[in-house]
Amino acid sequence: MHIFKNANFDFLRWRWHAIALSWVIIIAGTATFATKGIPLGIEFAGGTSVIVQFEQVASVQQVRAALDKSFPGGGGNVVVQGYGDPSQRQMMIRVPHAGAESGAMLSATATQVEDALAQGDVGSFTRLGTEIVGPAVGRELRSKGLSATVLSLLGILGYIAFRFQFSFGVGAVVATIHDLLITLAFLTFFQYDMSLNVIAAMLTMTGYSTNDTIVIFDRIRENLRGMRRDSMNSVINTSLNQTLSRTLITTGTVLMTALALFFFGGEVLHGFAFTMVVGVITGTYSSIFIAAATVSFWRGRGPTRAAAQAPGPAAAPSAAPQPMRKTKPQRKAKAS
Amino acid sequence: MSNLRWKVLTILGVFVVFGSLGVYPMLAARYDLPAPGWLMDKQLKLGLDLKGGVHLVLRVQTDDALRLETDTEMERLRAELEARKIPATNVLAVNATQFRVEGVPPGQDAAFRQAAAEVQSNFDRSSGTNGTYTFTMKPNIQVNLRDEAVVQARQTIERRVNELGVTEPSITQQGSGGDQILVQLPGVTDVERAKEIMGSPGLLELKIVEQGPSPTKEALVTGGQVPQGMEILPGATDVPGEPAGTVYYLVKRVAAVTGRDLRNARASLDENNQPAVSFTLNSEGGARFGRVTAENIGRQLAIILDGRVQSAPRIESRISTDGRITGSFTSEEVQNLSLILRSGALPATLTYLEERTIGPSLGADSIRSGVLASFVGLMLVIGFMLVYYKLSGVNAVVALVFNLVILLGLMAYVGAVMTLPGIAGFVLTMGIGVDSNVLIFERIKEELEAQRGVRAAINAGFSRVFWTLFDTHITALISVAFLFQFGTGPIRGFAVTLFFGLISNLFTSIFVSKTLYELVLSRRHQVATLSI
Repeated sequence: MHIFKNANFDFLRWRWHAIALSWVIIIAGTATFATKGIPLGIEFAGGTSVIVQFEQVASVQQVRAALDKSFPGGGGNVVVQGYGDPSQRQMMIRVPHAGAESGAMLSATATQVEDALAQGDVGSFTRLGTEIVGPAVGRELRSKGLSATVLSLLGILGYIAFRFQFSFGVGAVVATIHDLLITLAFLTFFQYDMSLNVIAAMLTMTGYSTNDTIVIFDRIRENLRGMRRDSMNSVINTSLNQTLSRTLITTGTVLMTALALFFFGGEVLHGFAFTMVVGVITGTYSSIFIAAATVSFWRGRGPTRAAAQAPGPAAAPSAAPQPMRKTKPQRKAKAS
Repeated sequence: MSNLRWKVLTILGVFVVFGSLGVYPMLAARYDLPAPGWLMDKQLKLGLDLKGGVHLVLRVQTDDALRLETDTEMERLRAELEARKIPATNVLAVNATQFRVEGVPPGQDAAFRQAAAEVQSNFDRSSGTNGTYTFTMKPNIQVNLRDEAVVQARQTIERRVNELGVTEPSITQQGSGGDQILVQLPGVTDVERAKEIMGSPGLLELKIVEQGPSPTKEALVTGGQVPQGMEILPGATDVPGEPAGTVYYLVKRVAAVTGRDLRNARASLDENNQPAVSFTLNSEGGARFGRVTAENIGRQLAIILDGRVQSAPRIESRISTDGRITGSFTSEEVQNLSLILRSGALPATLTYLEERTIGPSLGADSIRSGVLASFVGLMLVIGFMLVYYKLSGVNAVVALVFNLVILLGLMAYVGAVMTLPGIAGFVLTMGIGVDSNVLIFERIKEELEAQRGVRAAINAGFSRVFWTLFDTHITALISVAFLFQFGTGPIRGFAVTLFFGLISNLFTSIFVSKTLYELVLSRRHQVATLSI
């Protein structure tokens, strides 16, 4: 079975459109970020979140009314939302502050929430889980998350520059930064909480996206040996076409599992799975259009290094990208 | 042929070893199959987010330890000055790491320096005008004391948690400053008791009362100042029948005996059948206590717990090793208190930075949805591979199953913990894992199209793709390493799962898949087509 038989798309022709599309999404994301911001999860923002299960069905409005009545300071800043499967009658109540960071006082807010519910008209309930994070933790996590991302990008840049060429490393890192920005844009569009899990998913994405990029780069590296007389752009296009089926199939399988997590993984993994789904798609897209295009911008105009060194008029870059058929015999000859 | 046999044996061996480590204990636990105890101990552990329990992050206020050291040295110098009859108008602590001596007469300068040499090992001395000397703790001593305080606090918490009888607690140091302690208590639901027991300073001090009890602080002050070497502490009235209220005692700053000299503490009853805590001192503390009590017969001895006087009985005779703490305690308080005293005092106060309680039902929900997602993901991937790659898809599926079995076995072997994000990592490993097979199969297809023979195409497919796989796995491992370094608890579980998933994937996609092809092809002499 084949998805593409002898695919021969001129991907580089579309690079400007692709880059424009990416900028539109990134700018829209920035605008959304400026107006609505991105909600921080409790690990980063600090605060108190209590998950309760009610004996009888209680609506969000009822819970809210109970908090408005009895919670100190009213229910204004409190987020109340259903948690998990509605039939479970579970609800999450989140308050943006925690008790004082000393002694046993941290859980004071959680107790206040419970007291307010007990006084309200919502029937009896049990506390299933509590999460209380003081402000110091969030501060430390923010800086750690940022440094982990930057360091992992540098690590990838270094490795690719070492194994391939510097321009390839730059291409991979530009593509990864692109993926991070696009994923962040979608997270702001859909207003997902920025939680530890989401950051973990984003870091995983950087790994996955580079994975994809490397497969393509690896083919470019291989073809650079075989297609000495072609321009860099032509080599890149050929390589993209040769790896296209693999790229799409892999995206498909990872996407399947990410979607399984999204639909069946439960409440806790929702943001994580969403980030993965967006990340898988943008990771594939960026490997083709951004990573390869960056290498092409860097070195695409001239002939390949080998061609430049080869004497004679044959070294002139060919105007149109040549598909793989032309290169096949050469590779075969080399392999045998 | 014999080469192939070795490969197959290796693969079967790996499968059996990791399968019995990772998968068999799970099945055994579920279906009551016989399994040796050591194997069940190795069973893959569930993280707190799946099992339910308490997760606490505490910070050790290491300044307390420095303040204590500064205080002790300051008192030592004061005593030294008194003994040598060197007058000084004031000896006072400036902050946690500094204290100052004021008004040393110029004539006594040399004598003062000599006396100060006693405490100088840990402090730097600088002199100012009018016979003022400032002592600052040396930076390396500060670092050492801070480190020690965190380690001691961790050990104390460990002892207390063990006394609580929590199974498989995890207590580790973390945080950029190294002053945070992460405590995970699986299965514990009474957070408040756990927090109280871990966080109580548990500092027992026995000090001689100079004056008191008195209803106000002012009555104990002479000339607007607390006398040198003394301090005022609050306490409860211990006269039966009177309404409870706060009274104050003027006591010596330096304790005769502290909790460090305790050998044991246990719940008991006092003469009025009220719950009390009896304690026994070790021989060194007992000797000191005997000397102090013999010198102070007729005076009051304050029994101070965490800076509050619990009771102040009159010393009737010399006491050496045994004592009792009385007060208005409930029997539960007495139980907790004796537990805390037995495990020793915390060297510094603790503050709570983070608290997370996961009820067991919430964890069970997470397991259910995690397993469902894994199952659906696995079925989708298997279905796709079989439809798209036909018989070669079977090869990929076998490799995938191997991959998962090895992953579970490795995690069980190193004692990794399965968390909810870890399950997500497990699901993703399936999706990303077949990528290696896809890469190889697509390459084999290309080679077949280039009119290669089946065997040559397979060999070329595997050998050409090897370095690609190597590079992709290394870069993925780089980002996983940073993920591990960044995350705590559940996220680490995720990073660990991905890490082992990547490693076992390299083995299964290259070695297992290739051997499977060889195995099938070895049965046939003429191979014209490949189902791919």
